[in-house]
Amino acid sequence: MFCAITRDPIDAAALARHVRSDADGAVLVFTGVVRDHHEGRSVESLSYEAFAEMAVEKLEGICRDVQARFEVGDVAVAHRVGDLAIGDVSVAIAVAAPHRDAAYGASRTIIERVKREVPIWKRERYADGQEAWRDGSLPEPPGSG
Amino acid sequence: MRVRCLFFAAYRELIGAEELELELPEGATVERLIEEVRARAGSAALPRRLVVAVNREYAPLDTVLGDGDEVAFIPPVAGG
Repeated sequence: MFCAITRDPIDAAALARHVRSDADGAVLVFTGVVRDHHEGRSVESLSYEAFAEMAVEKLEGICRDVQARFEVGDVAVAHRVGDLAIGDVSVAIAVAAPHRDAAYGASRTIIERVKREVPIWKRERYADGQEAWRDGSLPEPPGSG
Repeated sequence: MRVRCLFFAAYRELIGAEELELELPEGATVERLIEEVRARAGSAALPRRLVVAVNREYAPLDTVLGDGDEVAFIPPVAGG
């Protein structure tokens, strides 16, 4: 398992090579990329900020849960922080598995949980010059709600 | 006891600091800490509903804090 928060450009192909083993018939890579619009506004660029130490722990916990729940082999997640341009990879998730069903399920589960639970925030810069922190999800503490 | 508060993203901008160290009575809860932070920062600064992580684990408001704890104030997350 490999989980990282990095300022460097993400090499998704390297993550795929990292997770593959000879037992795997599927290596699935999801890349989240920076797009040029959000809710009708034109986005020029954005930046991500993370509570890095906690974010890595959360990513590792998500990966462990997914490995327990799905029949997958190795998994890896890298999320970038700092300034990103349109088209840059913000997050990459690589899942290796003997069979593709489990890989698809695991990959989807990881990205959905990253978006709900990991302490990472996004600031968008719009074409009109304005900037804003993107609305997000408040994580659920245990024993609440 | 001393507790170290960390502020990120929008909350860092609202509070005007990345970090605050606060003195609290023994047995104080997260909720008590939040009251203290609001009193310092001005009641309008932070939203009504807050989520914190105590020593990097999300924790409910009734969590009892200990000396040296790190409490991160977590704005709504928007990663991925």
